[in-house]
Amino acid sequence: MGKNELQPENWVDRYADYLFNFTRVRVGDDDVAKDLVQETFISGLKASERFKGQAAERTWLVAILKRKIIDHYRKSNSLKGKTEVRMSYPVHGDQEGDWLEAQAADPESIRENDRIENNELGVAIQNCISMLPEKHARVFTLKTVQGWSTEDVCNELEITSSNLWVMIHRARTSLMECMNEHWFKNT
Amino acid sequence: MISCKEAAFISSKNQYREANLKERIQLWMHLLACKACAAFARRNKQLTQLCKEASVKMLSPEEKKEMKALIEQS
Repeated sequence: MGKNELQPENWVDRYADYLFNFTRVRVGDDDVAKDLVQETFISGLKASERFKGQAAERTWLVAILKRKIIDHYRKSNSLKGKTEVRMSYPVHGDQEGDWLEAQAADPESIRENDRIENNELGVAIQNCISMLPEKHARVFTLKTVQGWSTEDVCNELEITSSNLWVMIHRARTSLMECMNEHWFKNT
Repeated sequence: MISCKEAAFISSKNQYREANLKERIQLWMHLLACKACAAFARRNKQLTQLCKEASVKMLSPEEKKEMKALIEQS
């Protein structure tokens, strides 16, 4: 695994939907979920010099997001919501100033964590969609998740309908394989 | 008789109920004869089912634009 680099300019396009679904199954409120994802990106940006490139970019953002979710629950559980909760970095010796990525450096363990988290169907599908080529993911999402008509998708993306069906078919074929690997084998 | 490649393609199109009558008949005939494609079609239908059950939700392009703007500001 080579060094990873952060590319904040691509974060929203690449990870927003994944992180959003990851969050909404945990907090049960779409608006809150959106805010937490937003905060995660901003915290990620501010903490970017602490990113050491050991973990994948997305794993790193998920680690930050988890802190935000815990934070959210602490705030909403505290009386009158007045208690301020400050999250701190682990402060034992060498680990000072590290995000969780230090503990997730082993690619195998990243996969272990992914497997547990993917136990929610929506997140699993979203995860598989995020592995598709960007344009295929876009076409598949508009058509299948948003339920757009073929004509609307073609107009929006300026493609022909035969083009659309080729992309849909390829996307579905990859998704079937991916879901077989990540979903059916674990349930 | 259509090829397996064509059959798989029509099967995907059929998940959105947009295969025409001729295509549906061709697919049906093919699936009767070809077990591999029948299995593919079953999995294809299963994927459609999963997507329905999952309630995956995407952020709208406006929401994403907003997010990008906020990130750039900070």
